[in-house]
Amino acid sequence: MYSIEAKDVNFYYGDFLALKNISMQIEKNSVTAFIGPSGCGKSTFLRLFNRMNDLIPNIKLEGKIMVKGEDVYSKNVFVDQLRKEVGMVFQKANPFPKTIFENVAYGLRVNGEKNKKKIEQVVEQSLKGAALWEEVKDKLNRSAFALSGGQQQRLCIARALAIEPSIILMDEPASALDPISTLKIEELIFELKKKYTIVIVTHNMQQAARVSDKTAFFYLGELIEYDNTDKIFTNPQKEATQNYVTGRFG
Amino acid sequence: MFIKRKYFFEYLWEGLLKISGGLTSVAILLIVIFLFSEGIGIFNNSAVEEGYSIIVGKDNDVENLSGEKIKDIFDQKIVSWKTLGTTIENHDSIMLLRLDDIASYVSENKIASDFSNLPQIIEQIMKDNPSVIGFLPSEYINKDSDYRILDLGKIKPKDFFFGKQWFPTAQPSPLFGVLPIVLGTLLVSLIAILIALPFGLAVAIYSAELASEKVAKLIRPVIELLAGIPSVVYGFFGLIVIVPLIQKLFNLDVGETALAGSIILAIMALPTIITIAQDAIMSTPRSMKEASLALGANKWQTIKKVIIPYSISGITAGVVLGIGRAIGETMAVLMVTGNAAVIPTTLLEPVRTIPATIAAELGEAPKGGAHYEALFALGCILFIFTLVINLIVEYISSKNKNKA
Repeated sequence: MYSIEAKDVNFYYGDFLALKNISMQIEKNSVTAFIGPSGCGKSTFLRLFNRMNDLIPNIKLEGKIMVKGEDVYSKNVFVDQLRKEVGMVFQKANPFPKTIFENVAYGLRVNGEKNKKKIEQVVEQSLKGAALWEEVKDKLNRSAFALSGGQQQRLCIARALAIEPSIILMDEPASALDPISTLKIEELIFELKKKYTIVIVTHNMQQAARVSDKTAFFYLGELIEYDNTDKIFTNPQKEATQNYVTGRFG
Repeated sequence: MFIKRKYFFEYLWEGLLKISGGLTSVAILLIVIFLFSEGIGIFNNSAVEEGYSIIVGKDNDVENLSGEKIKDIFDQKIVSWKTLGTTIENHDSIMLLRLDDIASYVSENKIASDFSNLPQIIEQIMKDNPSVIGFLPSEYINKDSDYRILDLGKIKPKDFFFGKQWFPTAQPSPLFGVLPIVLGTLLVSLIAILIALPFGLAVAIYSAELASEKVAKLIRPVIELLAGIPSVVYGFFGLIVIVPLIQKLFNLDVGETALAGSIILAIMALPTIITIAQDAIMSTPRSMKEASLALGANKWQTIKKVIIPYSISGITAGVVLGIGRAIGETMAVLMVTGNAAVIPTTLLEPVRTIPATIAAELGEAPKGGAHYEALFALGCILFIFTLVINLIVEYISSKNKNKA
C-alpha cells in the first residue's frame, strides 16, 4: 500500500485548470521532492493531500486522492482526522502568538489531550525530534516570536510532529531561511525519513537532489516526469526536465 | 539648474491646505474651550436663585443649610426647626414667607400698590414671627435691618458631582446634582453593550469566518443599512414596539425604562461593533488559521483558540467605540427611557441620560443662568467620557499594530 496515491487528478480554481490529469504513487518512509517553476501547481498538488485547499472558494477536484488507501475526498471523511494523519509545515514559519510550549502542545490540546504529564512528555519528544530541544529547553515559557526564523521553522516542525502523523507535507520549508538553518532543516528531514513519509515542495534544486529519494517535476499544471532523484538529475527522460534541472529556464 | 523653485499653484495649494487644517483645529479647540468655560461657570453661581435672598429671624442661629434642605423646607417636608438643629422658644414650626404669602401675614390694603412699603412690611413680619424663613426678591431686602440674610455660598463641586437630586428649576434653591444622570448614562450604555456584544461578536464571526461568500455579501449591506437609519426612527420603533413589550412582559406601570433604552442602544451600537470586530477577525493572517487547521483543529477550535485571541484587541476597540456611540446617543434614548432623574436601582425604572437632559432642557434654560451653565457642565462630563473612550481605543489599536 502506498502512503499517498493520486489517480487521474484534475483540479480547478474556478474555471482555471490548475492540475492536469496527474497520477502518482508515493511510498512509505520516503522523501519525495516536488520541483518546478512558480505557478506550476506543485503546492496546489501538495495541499490536496491534507485538504488544505478546502479553504479556497470555488474549487473542484476530479479524480481520487488516496492516503493510506482511503479516498480522502469521499463524503464521510473527517477532515480534522485526516489532518492529524497528514501533518504540514508551511513556507513561512507561522508559530502562534503563544509560548514555545503551547505552540507544540496546541495539536494535543485541540485533540482533547488533558493529561499534563503526557503533554509535557510529547512536547519534549517533539522538540527533540525537531532538533530544537537543546536550544529551547530552558525557555519553554517564552514567546515563540523570540526565536530566530530557523528556530521558528523547526518549532513548526515540532508542532507537526506532536500530533504523531505518518505523513509530513513541507511547502518550501527552507525558502525563507539562511543557509545554516536550511542545512539543519535538511539534516532533520533525513532523520525524520526513518519514521515518516515526507513530501517536500522546493525551489532549490540542490536541496531536492540532497534530501529526496524521488523527484517529481511539474510544469504548467502537468506532471512532466516522476522518478528516482538521481535519475531526474543525471539522466532525465524529458527535455523540459533536462532544461529545468540544468537551470536553462525557470 | 537645480535651484529649488516653487510655482504659484504649488504655493496656492500648500496655502489652502495649511489654512483649512489650521482652521479646523482652531474651530475644534474653540468649541472645547467654549464648552468648558460655560460649564465651569456653574460653580460661580450662588446656591440661591439669582436675584433672591433667604432670610430668617435675628435670633435664629441656623447655619449651613444645604440646597436640598432648603428645598425640603419650602416643600414643607421639613416643618420643624428642631430637625435642623436649631431651637426657637415657643416657635418651633417653620413658617414660610414668599411674596405670595405676604397677604396671609398682613391685610392686603396695607400693601402699597407699587410695593414701595414692602421692605418695612417684611421687617415687621420678621419681628413678629421669629420662626419665619423668607424667600424674597433681593430688592425688598434691607441689608442693615433686624433679620439675618442666610448666605448659602456658591454651588459647590461636591453638590454638583455627587448631589443626588436634579431639580434645576426648584425654588428657592435649584438643585444640580448630576449623579443620577451620570449613573443613568453609564447604566444604559453598559447594559446596551452587554446586550450588543454577544450578538455583534456572533455576527462578526459568522460573516467573517463561517458564512459562504454569498451570505457574507448579503449581510454586509444589511449591517450598513442598520448604521444608516436615523436615530429618531430607532426611537420611534422603540416607543411603539419595545416600550409596550417591556411594559407587558414585566407587568409595569410604564414601559419607558432603562432596559428599553439599552435595547435600542444595543441595536444602534451593533453596526459599529460588527464592522470593527469583523475587520479584526479578517485581519487574522491566513497562515495562522492554516497552521491551526493543519494540526487537526476544527473550525470552532480554530476560532476559539487562534482567531479570537489574535483579534481580541480589535474586538475590544469595536466594543469601546460601541460604548462611545451609546453614551453620546440622544434622540432614541430621550424617547424611550422615561427621563426621570433618579439614581437607577433596577433596569425596569425610568432613567435619564446626559445627552437627553441637555437636549430636553437647554431650550427652557435662560442663557447665562445657573441651569444653562449646569447643562454645559454636563456636556463637559460627556465630553470627558468620550475623550477617555477614544484614548482607550487609540491605546488598544496602537498595541494591536505593534503585534507582529
